[in-house]
Amino acid sequence: MDAGNGRTRSGALRNSFDPVAARRRCQAYRRRILEISQQVSALHVAPAFSCTEITDVLFNGVMRRRSDGSFDDVFLMSKGHGCVIQYVILEQFGLLSKRDLDLYCTPDGRLGAHPDFGTPGIAASTGSLGHGLGIAAGQAYAEKLKASDVTVYCVLSDGEFQEGSTWEAMMMAGNLQLGNLVGLMDNNDFSGLERMSEGHRAFYPLVAKAQAFGWDAVEVDGHDGQAIFHAIAERGGRRPLLIVCKTVKGKGVSYMENAPIWHYRSPNAQEYRQGLEEIDGSEG
Amino acid sequence: MRNRFANAFYELGKNDPRLCIVVADISPAGSIAKFRTDFPARFINTGVAEQVMIGMAAGMAQRGLRPFAYTIATFALYRPFEMVRDDLCYQNLPVTVVGIGGGVTYSTLGATHHAQEDISIASSIPGLTVIAPCDPAETEAATRWCAVQEQGPVYLRLGKAGEPDLSKEAPEPWAFGKLRLLRSGRDVCILSYGPIMKKAFEVADRFAALGQSAAIVSVHTLKPLDRAGLGAILKQFPRVVVIEECAPNGSLAGRVKELAWEVQATCRLDAFTLRDAFIHCYGSHEDLLAAHGLATQEICAKLGLG
Repeated sequence: MDAGNGRTRSGALRNSFDPVAARRRCQAYRRRILEISQQVSALHVAPAFSCTEITDVLFNGVMRRRSDGSFDDVFLMSKGHGCVIQYVILEQFGLLSKRDLDLYCTPDGRLGAHPDFGTPGIAASTGSLGHGLGIAAGQAYAEKLKASDVTVYCVLSDGEFQEGSTWEAMMMAGNLQLGNLVGLMDNNDFSGLERMSEGHRAFYPLVAKAQAFGWDAVEVDGHDGQAIFHAIAERGGRRPLLIVCKTVKGKGVSYMENAPIWHYRSPNAQEYRQGLEEIDGSEG
Repeated sequence: MRNRFANAFYELGKNDPRLCIVVADISPAGSIAKFRTDFPARFINTGVAEQVMIGMAAGMAQRGLRPFAYTIATFALYRPFEMVRDDLCYQNLPVTVVGIGGGVTYSTLGATHHAQEDISIASSIPGLTVIAPCDPAETEAATRWCAVQEQGPVYLRLGKAGEPDLSKEAPEPWAFGKLRLLRSGRDVCILSYGPIMKKAFEVADRFAALGQSAAIVSVHTLKPLDRAGLGAILKQFPRVVVIEECAPNGSLAGRVKELAWEVQATCRLDAFTLRDAFIHCYGSHEDLLAAHGLATQEICAKLGLG
């Protein structure tokens, strides 16, 4: 049976992902995030734009849905500051409402700038970096113990791979051969302060490091949903898989791209208009 | 205590397939080794990696399992502190963190292995239940409670091995969140928890030798504290003594003093805690307690018991 989003009930991925439809969706998500940015003084726009395609392909191409609209598979946003992209996708699926997003970061609402376990569609309370992969490993292990076919997808920032706790989790997931765990590193090369490739050269190489920890690992263009889709579809499934997604922080809006200030700034009215124009004008 | 915990856990785990134990390179004592042999998939050793021990326990609980994380108290609570706080407490997950060798139990190993402020630190985290049984029997009762409770995370602070049974003659059973009378008395009430409870008995005996009848109460649940029960004791007894193996800031002693003010108690109140200091002393557990000013003789002298 087709679960309606690129994956059959039996767990096998369909061998297709429509890149044109994906680009349109991502355009709409970015537009919606910019819209939300006008409600609040600060919003992690650039970190969300960096993992827009990653999050899109998981929700729209990979994870299986139940009839009540919730998902069988688990999506865990370890880079909690990027969660607004997840919110707008959960809004699309009806797991969150427009009202939820209208009330983003207000006392009457239930959505904050970091995801909170208990909110529909949210697998863990993150925000402090370096926590998500350990939790995801525990979730994947529990599913393995239950002999379920649930896969846990964990989106991580590259910065949190500087946390020792992430490497503890890498080693344990490798030890336990968690073939039902897929990590997706949003490798935009920026930590809060500087480029990894300049300030932390020993951070690279990544694929070889992950492999040395007992993971399968590949590198893909993180803004190419189809490439991510294929990396997941073709995974071996005996070991955890890390997909190093090469991304651009702030992708889609020229003045935000690779500009550290946009880690946490909301655009003013003029910047907002320009952002919308660039997104609408992009190939979709 | 360690062995009674292990036996109780094995028995519970035999009947509840949700029970798992996640350890961080601590050698599994007694029945835990048996649990590992009989249920290998439910025994996970993360190695010398306590952050992932807590993180995995959180994820396992979110997917329906009931994990216990288990290692030496300092490494169970201090090393992965933010994981305990964020992963377990913020998310309010039913995970039991078992800290072995609370206080200065590991008396020859130095302060790196002394969980001498664990009760204070654990009690300060919102949503974290804190339990410190005084003997093997209380350890078993607490373990049974932890295995089935649904309310959230627990820090279960244990001693090591070989502690005497102190609660055998207690007129009351162990009940979560309730003070437990271990010995009745009229003139003085001694409050304590954990293995240092044996000093409460020694001090009570000294009171008795001088013709004063001392009650002994186990404050095994440090959070939530049985405020009503403590308030009643502070009003009822002319004299109250706190003896605990924890540094004074935020420990039971301080909280009893706060409560005494709130209930306008008029009793004499004496408190004996570990010192607010790292001491560079190695020896028996008793030697370490003495170095912290907790030799029974010194406590008695300060209480005017000669």
